Amino acid sequence: MTHAKLNQFETVKFSKIYSLGASRGRLRVTNDEIAGPIDSSDEWIRQRTGIITRARAAKDQSLMDMAVEASKEAIASAGISPQEIGAVIFSTISHPYQTPSAATLLTELVGANPAPAFDISAACAGYCYGIAQADALVRSGVAKYVLVVGGEKLSDFIEPTDRSISFLLGDGAGAAIVGPSDEAGISPTVWGSDGSHWSSVSMTASLLDFRDGEASWPTLRQDGLTVFKWAVWEMVKVAKEALEVAGIKAEDLSALVTHQANIRIIDELVKQLQLPESVAVARDIVNTGNTSAASVPLAMHQLLKEGAVKSGGLALQIGFGAGLAFAAQVVVLP
Amino acid sequence: MALSHDEVLAGLAEIVNEETGIDTDSVKLEKSFTNDLDIDSISMMTIVVNAEEKFSVKIPDEEVKNLLTVGDAVNFITSAQG
Repeated sequence: MTHAKLNQFETVKFSKIYSLGASRGRLRVTNDEIAGPIDSSDEWIRQRTGIITRARAAKDQSLMDMAVEASKEAIASAGISPQEIGAVIFSTISHPYQTPSAATLLTELVGANPAPAFDISAACAGYCYGIAQADALVRSGVAKYVLVVGGEKLSDFIEPTDRSISFLLGDGAGAAIVGPSDEAGISPTVWGSDGSHWSSVSMTASLLDFRDGEASWPTLRQDGLTVFKWAVWEMVKVAKEALEVAGIKAEDLSALVTHQANIRIIDELVKQLQLPESVAVARDIVNTGNTSAASVPLAMHQLLKEGAVKSGGLALQIGFGAGLAFAAQVVVLP
Repeated sequence: MALSHDEVLAGLAEIVNEETGIDTDSVKLEKSFTNDLDIDSISMMTIVVNAEEKFSVKIPDEEVKNLLTVGDAVNFITSAQG
């Protein structure tokens, strides 16, 4: 039996990141302010993590407020109308509703209604997961422009006495517009997961345990040394593979923008990758802390803002974290 | 070929020196990584990974907390070499 001929989306050859937007928590929380409950000190925290201050949202500053601010900047910088956005991807682990998604509300608030919108949960790898999906949506012709947001208000899910991760965490949102391009602007993504370490970075309890009175409010925790080991020596392999599939060498990079987990991880990655001095290394963690899904776009935005790198250069961006999940790609800086 | 106890100590001292700058002569069997050599947990993990590579052994994460002294690490690596 024959059937009527179907249309399919017309594919597009290349995609790129058009622009970035950034919003950080308004408060600058110093090490001295949080050191007491973990019996620590400014010196210890700086030495172990590189953090001097972390950005945290004020009580009246929501995850959505930061996501909207970052998105509006990205949309304006891209020079497009919000109505041209064909999909919205919001990566977050701190949206306080199981449903509906954060993405649908964000889409409404930035004027992109009725674009398809959905959240993804890939923690600190989430923004790079989002860029991979946006790249695929654009090149497959499904959407012309995609808004990708990584945003977190992690301060809602911390425990002040936790020495494993809470003191690292900050709040913020980073946004990017991905769209069609005349030349390649996003390399093939190297991504994956390792659920055998599912509990290495996780919540202290499930919401069901909390409901049943069997646990206090769930907060983040991690097995720091296991994660450190994985984040350096496994991610070095992922970073090298990302360069290889992109068809470039480390010396071709203008910047390395890793997830801002810990300065010691970043420094060790730089050492293991034997990056030349000419490559700018994002160290936004020093002033912003670890903002999970927001950290890569915030750090890249900061490098561009400081003039440490120029538009048109190549950046290796790599996200890694809870899941465990990871994603890396080389992008042309917007 | 398996390295001797002394050869493992010398190799480990080089790894510690590279990570922390501590003089190789100070890396003695009885020294505690944390109390005597002032090596923090993150540096310790870096030393562990480099030792795994250098001596072709596997040091499980849960074993690292038992390696309190340089001697503990040398003994573990020597026996793990088979």
